Amino acid sequence: MEEIKKTCLHQRHIDLGATMSPFAGYDMPIQYEGIVEEHNAVRNDCGVFDVSHMGEVDIHGPEAERFVNRIFTNDVAGAPVGQCFYGMMLHPDGGVVDDLLVYKRGENHFLFVINAANIAKDEAWILENAKDFDVTVDCLSPEYSELAVQGPNAEKVVEEVLGLQCADLAFYTFKETELGGQPVIISRTGYTGEDGFEIYAAHDVIVSLWDKLLASHRCAPCGLGCRDTLRFEVGLPLYGDELADDITPVEAGLSMFVKIEKPELIGREAIERQKAEGPRRKIVGLELADKAIPRHGYEVLNLDDEVVGHITTGYHSISTDKSVAMAMVDAPYAKRDTPLKVRIRRKTFPCTVVPKKFYKKSYKQ
Amino acid sequence: MIYYSKSHEYIRIENETEGFVGISAFAAKQLGNVVYVDLPEEGDEFEKGEDFGAIESVKAASDLYAPVDCEVVEVNEALADNPRLINEDPLENYIMKVTVKDASQLADLMDEAAYADFCAKEH
Repeated sequence: MEEIKKTCLHQRHIDLGATMSPFAGYDMPIQYEGIVEEHNAVRNDCGVFDVSHMGEVDIHGPEAERFVNRIFTNDVAGAPVGQCFYGMMLHPDGGVVDDLLVYKRGENHFLFVINAANIAKDEAWILENAKDFDVTVDCLSPEYSELAVQGPNAEKVVEEVLGLQCADLAFYTFKETELGGQPVIISRTGYTGEDGFEIYAAHDVIVSLWDKLLASHRCAPCGLGCRDTLRFEVGLPLYGDELADDITPVEAGLSMFVKIEKPELIGREAIERQKAEGPRRKIVGLELADKAIPRHGYEVLNLDDEVVGHITTGYHSISTDKSVAMAMVDAPYAKRDTPLKVRIRRKTFPCTVVPKKFYKKSYKQ
Repeated sequence: MIYYSKSHEYIRIENETEGFVGISAFAAKQLGNVVYVDLPEEGDEFEKGEDFGAIESVKAASDLYAPVDCEVVEVNEALADNPRLINEDPLENYIMKVTVKDASQLADLMDEAAYADFCAKEH
């Protein structure tokens, strides 16, 4: 068995008394004070997450832009330096290799930020497809750590506590700066539905930033537990739940991030075909009348008690106090207001198809 | 007299044949905020070790197991509206009141001191 990996902040988490659990090969903090408290800190104030497990791949060289536009679904052509993009890498059959952020660092220079669970798969996929291009691919995951500072007060905290100027950053833009002579990347991005920033730097820089944030008492340490409840409430997908090698962006409701009009894109034919024919199944939102909680993998039934799908993520939503879920259901049952049922242990509970944004995002534009 | 199972349920015996079943303070602390209790129904019968419901925190669902063969005579309905009562006082806020069918099974459970040792080792 492979030895479990630790982020540069591992001892800090232990010292804070965090509940630790393996996630994507890393021993990660799930919660410190409690998921509910941490969730509310991000919705109402400010929280910091250690997301150093995320992977980073730097791609540069004369054909980098053409290569990125071929392997990544969003369109980076002609974009300004400092722009971030959300999108996916697709298999030729339209299944999702991974969803990721792409940072345009320079002309023909990009940084991919990928899911920790997919680092080895993604690196192999990128290297395999880069063979025919004049590009250099640097797999930098072991060299970068990352913090996410999220919440309505994140801008003030980052500026005043960390001394990192960020008020000028628009949503989905970033800049490269320095702290104590060491390079830092900061972007106005996140995975919570709140305003916030993601900060990438070498391990010792990230440790010092974490220490400053916690010493300020203006920013709660937040674990992966509330990271999941926060992203879920605003309908953001998690690879492994709403996205997978055998789930397409059309099924996941993410077609808007697939620019099929580009000259080249791996997976385009499959996506065009599926868009024309209509997907056979879709990710939808479900709301239960009862307080029972639909969990990942539970069966979704039609009114004749036939299985027509399964729950991908479900919670008793902290911000809305409702039992809600995202589910993959057969297309005939994906229409809004369709009555369905969820099997939870010995009982079935009625539910209704609803939009999968259970809570309104509040990004700063 | 109170007895505990290895799966952290307790049964507090009122007289020879009746008891209150709930989860231990140790288990309640481990779970964190309880957000839902899947309650059994009055009249349900369970064998020792059979799951009789579930208790859910934000993150996960945990099955509940009957500590002895029993029949449900009353369910603590207050938990349906206010599952957090379990965090406040898990011993006062039992999940169900039962008739114990075979009191000899109580001998297979742990008493307070043995359970404290068990939790110390598990932690």
